[in-house]
This record gives sequence, C-alpha cells and structure tokens, in this order.
Amino acid sequence: MATAQAGYNENGAPTSFVTRWLYSTNHKDIGTMYLIFAIMAGLFGGALSVMMRMELAQPGLQYFADNPHLFNVFVTSHGIIMIFFMVMPAMIGGFGNWFVPLMIGAPDMAFPRMNNISFWLLPVAFALLLLSLFVEGDSGGMGVGGGWTLYPPLATTGSPGPAMDFAILSMHIAGASSILGAINFITTIFNMRAPGMTIHKMPLFVWSILVTTFLLLLSLPVFAGAITMMLTDRNFGTTFFSASGGGDPILYQHLFWFFAHPEVYILILPGFGIISQVVSTFSRKPVFGYLGMAYAMVAIGVVGFIVWAHHMYTSGMSVETQAYFVFATMVIAVPTGVKVFSWIATMWGGSISFRLPMIWALGFIFLFTVGGVTGVMLANAGVDRALHDTYYVVAHFHYVLSLGAVFSIFAGWYYWIPKITGKMYSDFWGKLHFWLTFIGANILFFPQHFLGAAGMPRRYVDYPDGFAFWNQVSSIGSYITALGTVCFIIGVYVTLSRRERVGNNPWGEGATTLEWTLTSPPPYHCYETLPKIKATDHH
Amino acid sequence: MGKRLLGAITSAGLAGLAALALFAMPAGAEEVFGRAVDGQLGLQPGVTEVSRGIQEFYDLVNYIIIAVTIFVLVLLLYVMVAFKESSNKTPSRTTHNTMLEVAWTVIPIIILVVIAVPSFKLLNLQYSYPKADLTIKATGYQWYWSHAYPDQGGFAFDSYMLDDDGRKERIEKGLEAPRNLAVDNDVVVPVNKVVHVLVTANDVLHNWTVPAFGTKTDAVPGRLTAVWFKAEREGVYYGQCSELCGVNHAFMPIAVRVVKQETFDAWVEARKADDEDKANEILQQAELDLQTRKVATAAQ
Repeated sequence: MATAQAGYNENGAPTSFVTRWLYSTNHKDIGTMYLIFAIMAGLFGGALSVMMRMELAQPGLQYFADNPHLFNVFVTSHGIIMIFFMVMPAMIGGFGNWFVPLMIGAPDMAFPRMNNISFWLLPVAFALLLLSLFVEGDSGGMGVGGGWTLYPPLATTGSPGPAMDFAILSMHIAGASSILGAINFITTIFNMRAPGMTIHKMPLFVWSILVTTFLLLLSLPVFAGAITMMLTDRNFGTTFFSASGGGDPILYQHLFWFFAHPEVYILILPGFGIISQVVSTFSRKPVFGYLGMAYAMVAIGVVGFIVWAHHMYTSGMSVETQAYFVFATMVIAVPTGVKVFSWIATMWGGSISFRLPMIWALGFIFLFTVGGVTGVMLANAGVDRALHDTYYVVAHFHYVLSLGAVFSIFAGWYYWIPKITGKMYSDFWGKLHFWLTFIGANILFFPQHFLGAAGMPRRYVDYPDGFAFWNQVSSIGSYITALGTVCFIIGVYVTLSRRERVGNNPWGEGATTLEWTLTSPPPYHCYETLPKIKATDHH
Repeated sequence: MGKRLLGAITSAGLAGLAALALFAMPAGAEEVFGRAVDGQLGLQPGVTEVSRGIQEFYDLVNYIIIAVTIFVLVLLLYVMVAFKESSNKTPSRTTHNTMLEVAWTVIPIIILVVIAVPSFKLLNLQYSYPKADLTIKATGYQWYWSHAYPDQGGFAFDSYMLDDDGRKERIEKGLEAPRNLAVDNDVVVPVNKVVHVLVTANDVLHNWTVPAFGTKTDAVPGRLTAVWFKAEREGVYYGQCSELCGVNHAFMPIAVRVVKQETFDAWVEARKADDEDKANEILQQAELDLQTRKVATAAQ
C-alpha cells in the first residue's frame, strides 16, 4: 500500500464510520461486528437466565408473582437469543468470518456484499424479537411464552396477539441471514482456497464451518416452511397444524425438529473445529487422525438429519418408529467418541502448555463428554418416558451447549483475540473467568440431573417442595457463573486498553495455520499475493 | 505408550467401580412414594412393572456412562500430567494408529449394542398394552385436567390444583396435601388392575404423566394417545403437566389415587349418583385407614 486514497486510510480501510461499518464488505470488520453483537445478545440472554434462577431459588412465587407469564417469556427469549443471536453469530458469523478466509488463504469472502446483508439482517431480527416482548402473546400476557420450539396450538390459536407473529418474522429474518451466510461460506471454501490448499489440507475449523453451513443450508428452509405455515394458520385461516381443519399439531413438531436437531449440531460443530485448532497448537502436535476427525464431523452432520423424532418420544409415535429413532440416535455416539478420543490422542505424546485457550479447551472436552453421555441416556425412548421434558433434559443440553459450545467460544476467543486485536488477553482475568465459569456452571447444571430424574418438569415458574434443595444449589451456581461473566467483560476491557502489541504468532511452533503468518491484527486487505501451500505442509 | 495406556485404563476402571459402589448405596430407610423427596438424586421409586423396568435400565446406563466419563477424565488428567511442557520437551509427531482408531470405533459400538437390547425390551413393554380392566379418558385444558370413566357409566369430573386453603382443610383432617401437587378430585383406580388412560387435549398441548408409574404421554388436540399401568401399591401418586401450555403450566398437577377394589367400587357408586362429597369422603376415609394399617404394620 503506497499512499492512501481519499476517503481511505493507509491500510485501505474507509475513514468514514458509516462507510466502514454500515456498508462494510470486509470479512474482518463483519466478523468483529458479529462478535460484538453476540456478546451483547449473550449478556442479555444470560441476564434473563439469572433472573429465572433467582425466581427458582426457592419454592413459591417470588419475583414473577404478579405476572408468571413473564417467566415463560424469559424462558422463550433466553432460548431463542442464546441459539440464534449468541452462539450462531459468535461461532459462524464471528470466528467463521474472521478465520475461514485467513485459514484457507483467501483475500475475503466470496460474496462480500452478501456478507454485509447477512450481518445486518441479524439486528433487524433481534429488534423484531424485542418488539414481541411489548405486544400481546399467549395467556393474555405480553410477549411470546411458548418456548423456543413455538409448538402449536399454543403458538397458533393459543396466542391471539401479534407477539407470535413478530417472533415468527424474527426467526424468518434470522434464518435468511444464516442461509445467505451459509451460501457465502460454502462458495468461499470450495472456490477460494489458496494454491495447494486442498480439501484434505484445510484446517479442521474450516472443515467444521463447511459441515455446519451445509446443515444450515439444508435445514433452515424446512424451518422457514414450517413457520410460514404457522403464519398462515394464524392469519389466513389455514389449518396445517389444527386438527379441526384436518391438520395436525404433530406435523409441526416433525418439521421443526427436522430443522432443530441439525440446528443443535450447528451450534456445536464449529466448537469442535475451534477445539481441534487449540488442542493441536498447545500440544505442539498435528491433530491426531485428521481425516477421521474431518469425516467424523461429516458423519455427525449426515446422521444428524435422520434422528429428529427423538425429541418427540412422548408425542404418540408408533413403537416401531420410536425404536428406529433410538437406534439412529445412538449411532451418533460413535463419531462423537472418535472426536473426543482423537483430541486426547492429539495431546498424547505432545508438549502441552497450559495457556488460557488450552485450559478452556480441556474444560470443554470433559464437560462435553458429560453432556454427551447423558445424551446416550436420553436417546433411549424407554427411559426418556421418565426424563422427557424434565430438568434432566435441561441439564443435558446445557452441558453440551452452555458448557460445550460456550466453552469452545471462549477457547476461540482467548485463542484468537491476540490475532484480532493485536493485543494479548489478561491472563489474570481470563483465568478467573475460567474458574468461576467452570465451577459455577457445574454447580448450576449438575444438580439439574437430579431434579430431572426426580421428575421436575421444565419451564416451571414454581415447583413442589420436594425439589427445593437442588434448585437452591443450582441458583447459587448461576450467580457464580454470572460473576465469571463480569470477569470476562473486565478482561475484554483490560485487553483493549493495552498499548503493547503481540507479534505475528504468540503461540509458537504449534500454531501452524495461515492466520499466524500475518501481522496481529492482520492488514485490512491481506493475501494480496496468494500464499502457496506446499504438498509436504501439514494441515 | 502401551504400558501407559494400560495403566490409565486400569485406573479408570477402578475409579468407575468406586462410582458404581456410590450409586448402589441403599436409599433412606422410609421410602416416600408418589412424589419427589427434597435432595433426592435418582428416579422416584416405581410401583409398576414399567417404572421398575425404567429404574433398572436407568441404573444400567448410568453404570456405563459414569464409567465412560471417568475413563475420559482419567485419560485427560493423565495426558495433562505426563505430557506437560516441563516433562515432555519434544512433542512426538505421531498422528495415526490404525489399531487405536479401529478400537475406539468398535468398542463404543459394542457398548451401544449392550444398551440397545434392554432398551428395546423396555420400549416394547411400555407398548404391550395388556387387556384393560379399566379405561379412563384424560383431557387437558388450560389449566386443569378432566377425567372421564366411560366403562363406569361415563361420569366425568375436573381436577384442579388445590390452593392453600384447600390444602389446609385436608391437612387438618390428617390427610396428605403436598403443595403444587394435590388436586381437588383425584383420579381413582383399583390396585393391581390394568388401567388404560386415553389422553387428549381440548385447547393446546399438555402432557399426562405419573413418574411413579413410568407413564408420560402428550395430550394433543384432535388425537388420542394412550398409556397403561398396573399399580401394585395403594397410595397417591402425583405427576405434573409436562408440555408447556401457558401461564399456569406449573399449576395443573395430576393425582392418581390407588385404592382397594371395594373402595373403588364404593367411590364409583357415589360418583354415579353424582354425589361428589360422598365420593371424596370415601377416599379420605380410605386414606386414613391406610395410614392406620401402615402404623400397625410398622409396630409389628
């Protein structure tokens, strides 16, 4: 870059705030906006969960006594926000945008302007969801209280007000954002790899985004169809999901879970990718069984499409259908086991340095295992008869998401924040953040297995006295986790206020992927000359 | 490497056994049936063949998954100690080991088959539907249940959760009335008889469940789902609506009272005569009698 053109700084970035951020077509800027958006949404969604735990700390109605419906609205909003506006934007939009082009040696995403609309649809979707909180929903209260699953008839005839329409449109727009993003990633990964970067040389994080975006592309249209049918049921007199007109509420559940089961893998697969990069870097060893790892993700993605009805064992399906879904679901444990054992084998014989990202990754591996094995329990329709819709399920999916996906997001955050900002994280605040979150989240979620086994149903604003003790313990865990989040915010502040810069590669020889060959932060426009990957180079 | 791995596996196995011992510990002296006890760790004690089957299967899977988790934990701790930077300066470059990769694919498959066989057996038991001695229809409403007895002349009644005053009244009579669980009109069934419950809903989804029976099924408007149970012990067994249905989702419990055949017949006669007070009196008397019998058994 010789001299700066008018309106652009010496790096080639627009000097106008509006041009740079609102009209942004730069994958790094868009990635940064996604990360900021995810943090904001995550804090909001997290605050909702702490308020729910405050209510549940003791039996009886406390904070929601005047309006128990609001509790259901919190349950619903917490789920939708954490899934669509926190985990997905952070992993795919944030880290995906930042590091997929950098890792494959591409100058930017394939469709930079589409990348811009992918991001800016999200705040619109989020605004629609927030608006829904202030208009009439179900049970005569404000906001959607039907759960993130939006099951009819509660979401159709049960919710006369416009809140549900706002929520449906919000999901539509968030879905469109994701579909556009998915098209962009698939095109980028297939067409814009640097010379020599074959499919089987791509870093596993890129593999994970590739599989994830295929899941998005194939599952979201089904969801869009389902909620469109719901929209016409609500507003134009159709009866897709109403038995009174020949429709069926269970049809919605099939369509919804055909999307939503791949969706839960969408939430965790990029995490698998991040963990593979981190474990390999800090063990100073290439990933063990690279091909097995890559195709295990492909297998999880494919099988993830044919297991959806394990969410519906109590809906009245025939026993043969249930038996099939039991079998198919358990199959997923095999590639998942391959991943866990391969991470351990990657560390085996390595030279492990316990830097902050590695600590988060180790936490992830163990906690994800705990969440994974309770999934094997729930896969069995026979025992799910007791556990369906109880806190056991809540414990299970928070172990894989709140302790799995979120731990991998934080592992990625601390791993890549020196690259993104050029500034090293605060080790003190980061470690405090880890320990408070690790201890807090386990105290928060482990006792929920006991509550669920004892029969406490989910989405309850109040419970019988027999569930008091473990609920109280769980709430204490929630407060500790909230403290951990405060440490995260302080850590972000400390990092950003640093003056000293880190070099290209703060992690040493273990960090072999292309992003570490660039400056920190990378130039606004990088790879102006494409890197060449030698046939002998390791992925 | 092989020796290290063996050592790790052995210690994982030992730790797993320790966990099993913990799990197999006997429960508290006086078992409570029909609802959760504060601080409880496992399932509610079952009183049907199905719920005992669930308990057995739950235990089996727990043994396996706890052992697997401890195995992973031990491996993790081992690599963290053995291969930390200070004790292993030069990392190996090993990235493949075909035997190992085959092993960690095949062994999980074997474990899953071990789980699948009893799993399918349990599932089939739940759907075996032995010939019914009694059929009840349960209909979910926002936010109460309605129960009908088509074989007994077709009488029906609604079951609402008892408020604090209603509970107080019962407790003063020496009867049980747990908060958020007790209802004004229990479902009544005879002991040791096969009962089919046909479940549906009138407005939105609900779910009719009784943990101690191992039954749970969605109540779907326009559809009938069915559960069966044969309760082997007298008493009251509670359940709670298990499908989000709106603001009072947490306040539409299910209470099933299992009584002797004579009591059931008397109750049915009172219900047929549309004498709700008498029907409830019969049940309350039966509960007091049951308490006396229990005290007598305990004294022996």
